[in-house]
Amino acid sequence: MRSMVVWYPDWPVVASGVVGPVAVIQANQVVVASAEARSEGVRVGQRRRQAEAVCPGLAIVGRDEDRDARAFEPLVAAVARFCPTVEVMRPGLCAFSARGPARYFGGEESLARQVAEAVDAATAVVSGTMGEGCRVGVADGPFAGTLAARRGRIVPPGATAEFLAPLSVRELGRPEFADLLGRLGVRTLGQLAALPAPQVLSRFGWEGAAVHRLARGLDERPLDARRPPEDLSVEAELDPPVDRVDTAAFVAKALADRLYAGLVKGGWRCTLVRIEAESEHGESLCRTWRHDGTFSAATLAERVRWQLDGWLTGPSRPTAGLTKLRLVPEEMVADHGTQLGFWGGMAEADRQAARVLARVQSMIGPDGVVTAVLDGGRSPTERATLIPWGDQRAPRRRPELPWPGRIPPPAPALTSAPAGSVALEDSGGRPVVVNGRAEPSGAPARFRPDRGPELTVSGWSAPWPCQERWWDPDGHRRRAWMQVAVEDGRAFLLAAEGSRWSVEAIYD
Amino acid sequence: MEVAELLERARPVALAGQRALPVIPALTSILPGGLCRGGTLAVGSGPGATSLLLALLAGASAEGSWAALVGMPEVGPEAAASMGVDLGRLALVPDPGEQWPAVVSALLDGIDLVAVRLGGRLRLRPAEARRLAARARHQSSVLMVTGAPWPEGCDLSLDVVAGGWEGLGNGYGSLARRRVEVAVSGRRAASRRRQATLWLPDDSGRPEPIDDTLVALHP
Repeated sequence: MRSMVVWYPDWPVVASGVVGPVAVIQANQVVVASAEARSEGVRVGQRRRQAEAVCPGLAIVGRDEDRDARAFEPLVAAVARFCPTVEVMRPGLCAFSARGPARYFGGEESLARQVAEAVDAATAVVSGTMGEGCRVGVADGPFAGTLAARRGRIVPPGATAEFLAPLSVRELGRPEFADLLGRLGVRTLGQLAALPAPQVLSRFGWEGAAVHRLARGLDERPLDARRPPEDLSVEAELDPPVDRVDTAAFVAKALADRLYAGLVKGGWRCTLVRIEAESEHGESLCRTWRHDGTFSAATLAERVRWQLDGWLTGPSRPTAGLTKLRLVPEEMVADHGTQLGFWGGMAEADRQAARVLARVQSMIGPDGVVTAVLDGGRSPTERATLIPWGDQRAPRRRPELPWPGRIPPPAPALTSAPAGSVALEDSGGRPVVVNGRAEPSGAPARFRPDRGPELTVSGWSAPWPCQERWWDPDGHRRRAWMQVAVEDGRAFLLAAEGSRWSVEAIYD
Repeated sequence: MEVAELLERARPVALAGQRALPVIPALTSILPGGLCRGGTLAVGSGPGATSLLLALLAGASAEGSWAALVGMPEVGPEAAASMGVDLGRLALVPDPGEQWPAVVSALLDGIDLVAVRLGGRLRLRPAEARRLAARARHQSSVLMVTGAPWPEGCDLSLDVVAGGWEGLGNGYGSLARRRVEVAVSGRRAASRRRQATLWLPDDSGRPEPIDDTLVALHP
């Protein structure tokens, strides 16, 4: 199958809409850099500090795949004018079968030129820049087509194997597998293709067999790929109509999970999925997404969310809310199963828990189920961040920094205690206050919480000061902390701010 | 022969790990067999109850089990982590809302340890309590309750009967460790009351057993 692949280099940079030297950062590391930034010495994998050091005018943008996908939708729409069955592989990369359109538009070269012009025009509207310009490649199959697009080449029919032969096995996009092949002395796709297929299958399993087919320039679609029975598609009526991305995303997740469950039941995996939507005014939208491997429930939900985001926020958004959403698996392969990792990996218990938690989210809302990740900060509530289940577990501040003035271990078991002022008195009944040097006016003897009886203090720590963000007029806080133990065996963490004491945490 | 039947034959007779969930060494003297799957467990509401609850989750969490805390918005994740709970396998449902018995029931389907704080908005009728206990038994999960007594009576109940922090003087020092006495009583095999002394937590923030002979040597 002749595949035409449209590739936009450094798409996350273009999608950010920033001109000049730009680096896209994820987890403090450069993941994509613009051509200007690269010429200054910014490299993928560098830390943010290093990148800023080599290129002082560097603009930093956070990684946002939703933004990339949203900005890519107008380009896909431009390509779809040449061939309606365009398949999006990821933001920045899409492919379609070139045979029919090439005949209509005067040959592959002419088609490639026209597609590139249309995509560049659409990009100019999206980002206001021309970027580096899109590249179009043609070869047999989407994998070879992608490599051809990276080089801007049109590989003649039947010459794909020769085109692939000198390329490195790293181009397969499977770093671990490429590493293994490298250690076995197989360095180019040609060397891999020369190995006998049965031996490759017995040594490397199904993944190896699929990769071997790609290296030989064969259609990456395995032989048993077939059009699925219609009943595997899933559909949701949206009532009330959905016009907000966050609501749509939630529906998308549930629908993707249903489709995935149906596929698993039949022993299938999906490589190509069509997303269809209908608006209240009868407009119908349709887009196809391809995965280089096979879709999992999470990647499927992500693609659907991206697509809905692109439709609902793009320039050609429907005039009314969406009333119907449908997912159709276009291409499926038999699931040969995966060998579970001997150590680690996702165990059955994790999968089961993930299902249950997603179900609870559907009952009480996506923010109702959270997981915690340890974070940097001084007060007990700042020491952990709660993240809705399903989102990436990443700390917001820098947990590895020392955070002077922080609460010493052990960590209190109850942190966000009901904030209420407490009265702290010395033995003469005078309120205890803390002066500017964090010295108490007297020894605390009695302690009266907001509600409940008076407690006798059995031990107390010297108050310690904690000044946060003195340079920031809004975020500035000056507090003194003190640990107090009472006679019934409990201990409290108190904070004095101004002349008020409050319970910040309980060592329960 | 049916596949299910084959699977049944191929399975080992009894996997110890499927019967009970492990507990940390500090609690093995009072829970020698670990936490029995399918049971209900009450943790008292006095001082130290939250730490005891987290310590009970720690053993199974370290071995790969999932745990969920329902209706406990104020539990400190940092304390949970230092007690030995794996935060990657701890789900928090701070406010389960009006339909909380349905939420707990759904969680029991796939999560080994589900802890609920009763009281406030979370009230329970005996019929619902019976249903949840049956759910836990059927799914081989452990249902833990704290905050208020379980209407039906639990298989096991644990309580901190005495405890006190050490390390804090009058105007000096800081909280270092807490010595607690934990008592367990229950039905059937656990009807004999057991008691143990442990650090909850010790100087390093972890729950550890106290060996009284060593304490006598180094008072």
